[in-house]
Amino acid sequence: MPDSAVIADGLHARAAASTGSLPIRFEGIDFAVGATHILSGVELELHAGGPTVLMGPNGSGKTTLLKLAMGLLTPTAGSITFDGASHAPARARAIMFQKPVMLRRSVAANIAFALEAAGRPSSTSDIRRLLDLAHIAPLAERPARRLSGGEQQRLALARALAREPQVLFLDEPTASLDPSSTKLVEEIISQVSASGVKIVMSTHDLGQARRLAHEIVFMAGGRVVEHEPAASFFNQPATEEARRFLAGELVV
Amino acid sequence: MDGVGALDLILSGDRTLFAIVRLSLLVTLSATLLAAVVGMPLGATVALTRFPGRDAAIVMLNGLMGLPPVVVGLLVFLALSRSGPLGSPGILFTPTAMIIAQAVLIAPIIAALTRQLVEDLWAEYRDELTAMEVGPLARVKTLLWDARFSLVTIGLAGFGRAAAEVGAVMIVGGNIDGFTRVMTTTIALETSKGNLALAIGLGLVLITLIMAVNAIAWGVRQWAERHAG
Amino acid sequence: MKLRHLALVAALAVGAAHAATTARAQDKSIVVASTTSTQDSGLFGHILPLFKAKTGIDVKIISQGTGQAIDTGRRGDADVVFVHAKSQEEKFVADGFGVKRFDVMYNDFVLIGPKTAPAGIKGQDIVAALKAIFAAGSPFVSRGDKSGTHAAELDLWKAAGLDPAAAKPAWYREIGQGMGAALNTAGAMGAYVLADRGTWISFKNKGDLAIAVEGDKRLFNQYGIILVNPAKHPSVKKELGQCFIDWVLSADGQSAIRSYKIEGQQLFFPNAESAELKKAG
Repeated sequence: MPDSAVIADGLHARAAASTGSLPIRFEGIDFAVGATHILSGVELELHAGGPTVLMGPNGSGKTTLLKLAMGLLTPTAGSITFDGASHAPARARAIMFQKPVMLRRSVAANIAFALEAAGRPSSTSDIRRLLDLAHIAPLAERPARRLSGGEQQRLALARALAREPQVLFLDEPTASLDPSSTKLVEEIISQVSASGVKIVMSTHDLGQARRLAHEIVFMAGGRVVEHEPAASFFNQPATEEARRFLAGELVV
Repeated sequence: MDGVGALDLILSGDRTLFAIVRLSLLVTLSATLLAAVVGMPLGATVALTRFPGRDAAIVMLNGLMGLPPVVVGLLVFLALSRSGPLGSPGILFTPTAMIIAQAVLIAPIIAALTRQLVEDLWAEYRDELTAMEVGPLARVKTLLWDARFSLVTIGLAGFGRAAAEVGAVMIVGGNIDGFTRVMTTTIALETSKGNLALAIGLGLVLITLIMAVNAIAWGVRQWAERHAG
Repeated sequence: MKLRHLALVAALAVGAAHAATTARAQDKSIVVASTTSTQDSGLFGHILPLFKAKTGIDVKIISQGTGQAIDTGRRGDADVVFVHAKSQEEKFVADGFGVKRFDVMYNDFVLIGPKTAPAGIKGQDIVAALKAIFAAGSPFVSRGDKSGTHAAELDLWKAAGLDPAAAKPAWYREIGQGMGAALNTAGAMGAYVLADRGTWISFKNKGDLAIAVEGDKRLFNQYGIILVNPAKHPSVKKELGQCFIDWVLSADGQSAIRSYKIEGQQLFFPNAESAELKKAG
């Protein structure tokens, strides 16, 4: 297995040197589809530093919040700013979806595609580095659609990292993975975070949140209910909803 | 000539028949390629862009799938005639004119089917490609490439239509012996000469050819999908 | 990048197809617009190899109805017109689209009908036969395609003082197709049909059809040949076209036409007014 510290160095150098997308500020964000309100009055600031983990029951608006931050959705009301600007710099952000779509080509070609889309020549060494980072080097020539769920998730992660983002959004990155795949993905996330890339992720896995989170954003019913450092959220949840959620009770 | 004569002709690998088969394949495969090069990017572009009158354009594209070959033949004939707007190169009554006519006939079929296919694929890819900041032109390319296995089937639909038609090639090719005579026009000619058995024999050859092209395409698709899908 | 490759491949394919098939055309070839009767009867298959052997010129025959063939010449899409409807041919020349018309050969029309002879026709008098068909309302297939044969048929009805084409009774069926298709149709519906003898003799699907009337001098069928006027259409291959016409009218060409036989029957009778031929005749 390659030395992860060395691999992460490349990412770290760029992330540390660049400015312009953090902090991300959500101000008075509403998002509605027809008459259904998915987010209401969200106020949130995401700063550089360790991973921010979004938690909350299904339908609380975590995925929508990530897509808004990624620019895939436009808020019905309110504004999102990146270091004060209404647009994030090009290629500053990347996202991995809960069910990533594999392009119908080989694993290596998927990464090459992401590199080219990010405006970078897809050099063999870049592809190699990303394959190693995601632990999928032996699968390089396999059709991406024939990979297992865990392998696909890691390929999606490699594709996102090909953009050398300052902020990486992860939507339930291990939702359908077995324990060993989950562990691998978590290792990669830690490594990437350590290199200076801001991680913003959602998860339903309390253990994962404890292992990875620097801070927790707890959402319920389309609102941000709590925004706390991870330690205080898990030890002393400030709200009744968070307490019940952590206790495994139904939160509406 | 009777049925036995037709069989003899086919089994003995008659050179005239071989030349006719060769021209049929050359014309129809070229037309399919030409129509694909125009129709597939066009269909994908319509699928990926929003513009005023788009719905009407889609309905029209779908409607053009039913273009009558004789009408296409007549329009191409009028355009390529010495007295027409594109008459000066003198390509009427040549295989080139036949390729153009068949390409015009099937380009809407390929474009309309591609539009539907790419639109469905786009629904699946939209978030991913948008997140990767893939530009409009690159989107068209990416979706066409990723739809390539299904596009083969669309190409075959166009090929089948072109291979089967007689109206357009008869008008623009002139059914000239040894020069623009293809399978379908030969069948029409032999029918009019009362050589029904020979006509049927040639019809069977044509059907076999179309089957063979489809079988090859199917095989290639299976192989490619296993290795690159 | 893939698309650009594909476009290149397509352009190459079309270019190659064009080159592969027009290389011969750029040698020495002419386009002759002619009729289904000359083509379907096999006459061209017999005489063109002889012409090619002598001159090296490829003759590409577009076989259409006479009306359409003349229109092809009028549009400049053919170099020579070789048809059989004298009045239309003369108009074509008079309008300036053709250079000059020459008689080439003749054969004759025959009235074809079911062997059962539903209108009770047998003999030589075509006018009497048409009157009988009209009176009995026997099915009759008309080409209806402005071909030379169609024009001849309409002239014959006129001679009989009848006009079914205008009245359109149910038994009179215009099919708008070539000679062979008309014979196939007549055979299938037990109808009468006017055909040129050449196509009839070479027709392979005679079934229950037989000649009902022949030998009337009003059934005479003259073929003419015309060079399309290069003054109207500069693209006309004047020298090569004239070369073909000269050959067809020459003793060689005329004897080639005379020697074309199916089952021992001569299909066309050369009658060009060439000095050579008169000498030979």
